[in-house]
Amino acid sequence: MAALDRVKVLVLGDSGVGKSSLVHLLCQNQVLGNPSWTVGCSVDVRIHDYKEGTPEEKTYYIELWDVGGSVGSATSVKSTRAVFYNSLNGIILVHDLTNKKSSQNLYRWSLEALNRDVAPTGVLVTNGDYDREQFADNQIPLLVIGTKLDQIPETKKHEVLTRTAFLAEDFNAEEINLDCTNPRYLAAGSSNAVKLSRFFDKVIEKRYFLKDGNQIPGFSERKRFGGGTLKSLHYD
Amino acid sequence: MSFLIDSGIMVTSQVLFFGFGWLFFMRKLFKDYEVRQYVVQVIFSVTFAFSCTMFELIIFEILGVLNSSSRYFHWKLNLCVILLILVFLVPFYIGYFVVSNIRLLHRQKLLFACVLWLTFMYFFWKLGDPFPILSPKHGILSIEQLISRVGVIGVTLMALLSGFGAVNCPYTYMSYFLRNVTDADILALERRLLQTMDMIVSKKKRIAVAHRTMFQRGEVHNKPTGFWGMIKSVTTSVAGSENLSLIQQEVDALEELSRQLFLETADLHATKERIEYSKTFQGKYFNFLGYFFSIYCVWKIFMATINIVFDRVGKTDPVTRGIEITVNYLGIQFDVKFWSQHISFILVGIIIVTSIRGLLITLTKFFYAISSSKSSNVIVLLLAQIMGMYFVSSVLLIRMSMPLEYRTIITEVLGELQFNFYHRWFDVIFLVSALSSILFLYLAHKQAPEKHMAL
Repeated sequence: MAALDRVKVLVLGDSGVGKSSLVHLLCQNQVLGNPSWTVGCSVDVRIHDYKEGTPEEKTYYIELWDVGGSVGSATSVKSTRAVFYNSLNGIILVHDLTNKKSSQNLYRWSLEALNRDVAPTGVLVTNGDYDREQFADNQIPLLVIGTKLDQIPETKKHEVLTRTAFLAEDFNAEEINLDCTNPRYLAAGSSNAVKLSRFFDKVIEKRYFLKDGNQIPGFSERKRFGGGTLKSLHYD
Repeated sequence: MSFLIDSGIMVTSQVLFFGFGWLFFMRKLFKDYEVRQYVVQVIFSVTFAFSCTMFELIIFEILGVLNSSSRYFHWKLNLCVILLILVFLVPFYIGYFVVSNIRLLHRQKLLFACVLWLTFMYFFWKLGDPFPILSPKHGILSIEQLISRVGVIGVTLMALLSGFGAVNCPYTYMSYFLRNVTDADILALERRLLQTMDMIVSKKKRIAVAHRTMFQRGEVHNKPTGFWGMIKSVTTSVAGSENLSLIQQEVDALEELSRQLFLETADLHATKERIEYSKTFQGKYFNFLGYFFSIYCVWKIFMATINIVFDRVGKTDPVTRGIEITVNYLGIQFDVKFWSQHISFILVGIIIVTSIRGLLITLTKFFYAISSSKSSNVIVLLLAQIMGMYFVSSVLLIRMSMPLEYRTIITEVLGELQFNFYHRWFDVIFLVSALSSILFLYLAHKQAPEKHMAL
């Protein structure tokens, strides 16, 4: 197979929400048997058919970068993490449906990742508060995924799901709620799988296609040995 | 009547301490987690409240506040409650939460929790045998038995923490030990890290592509089963899957390398931040303090060695000795009784406040480092246990710093413990801990520049 074009998607969230299990499920179509602490960053690759079923179908690599850590870490740890945030094309925000704090921390996670990007629009750094307009303006597609759906008792399900719907609205993003130990949530044809596919399509579109539908000549694998900083290239 | 007033005062202060412990738990310890089991929070706050009340009673003793008989009563009551909590309640709940984390034993949680607690009690009891802490004339379940064992564990903890703290404090404060880190170093390391990540990604792409082609061709990547499958596998080589497992091994090795590089990069960033900090005014102040503390640390190690070698136990406390020196040698006359009370109050107060503050900070740091959403309950309870034992043994040791007339209540309440043993034990463990910390820090310091240069 010839070298395919690639996009980079970050997977962010608090420790223990299930990012590694999620990435393993998305890429290997299997449940992760022995989850353990992620030190640094672990990457996995998913092959995605853009515009599946249409004549313009094309295959892309989607790199899922799962960055571990806590949002309240020291500044030095944050600067170390920041090296992974370069040239990202999409963000998946993962939170634990049984833990309210992990949902609240998503705002801080998204600000941390978006501040690293040298975006033309320029995301303002406020004192950590979010602003809905920032996210409306944001060029990078977001997706909110809630995990551990099976651990919520039936009585509380409605309340939890309304809360997460508000959360996704704040980010101007779609949301998926699932249980990472059960592959049937992402079975082909289910609404979750459709949302996921739509998200990846959107990421690919933003990266490779101009607004009028023409394709940007793809960058095949090219290692970047930038002298000082590793700047990303943007096409609007 | 006065007894009621005194009890009222004690209860109010206990409620205040309880509130403080509750706030500390919510704001500092559990700020990233959700509290689902309020039992844990209550136990932590109760332990904190009763430990602080003990210190409060010492202060009251020195200042002469409250009626002396009601003080004695409250001492006894407080001690009983704290021992109950430390020996019965907290270990039981630790066992209970550990068991509830293990899925297999979910049904008989209580039973297994009781089993764990009984094991704990057995080892706890056995702990007292090798130490010459008691005269054998006491009964089995007396306060002295329990306190002596709690005291041993607590004193060991205190000495370990003190020893490590005494060495680590100058090491972190002084900028003499900071390695020189330049921006170029960090960038070089980051570049290596990203290169490694790129290599991992390209190998994973090959694996993914191979899986997809196999899937599309209808082969599933299991080993060939059945009789014909085995015959087939002899002729048609399953080279694809062999190749894949080789690539997978390479990926594993690269991932391990990427983790190492990430940790080194984080280390360099932290060092750079400390270098920046040391250039500020605050940093310079701490640097100066560091020199002062290193002298203090050396002196303490020296004194501990002298105490052990010459089998010396200080008979008088620092306050009385200080006053003696000023009166006899410097010829300054002043009212001994009045001043000794106030000075010992200040001294003991400072010791208490710094030890509480130091312990809470250490516990918080420890908690952030090792807890996860599953084990947070167990760890908090362990910390409550450590905190309780630490405070109880602080009371044992603080007796040394107080003048004779104030020591009586501690001696009276705690019974006939061999206090000298505890001081000796503290000195021994302090020495061991300080020396091994020095060794450990020396090795860690030596190793880092070598790693750095190997890049």
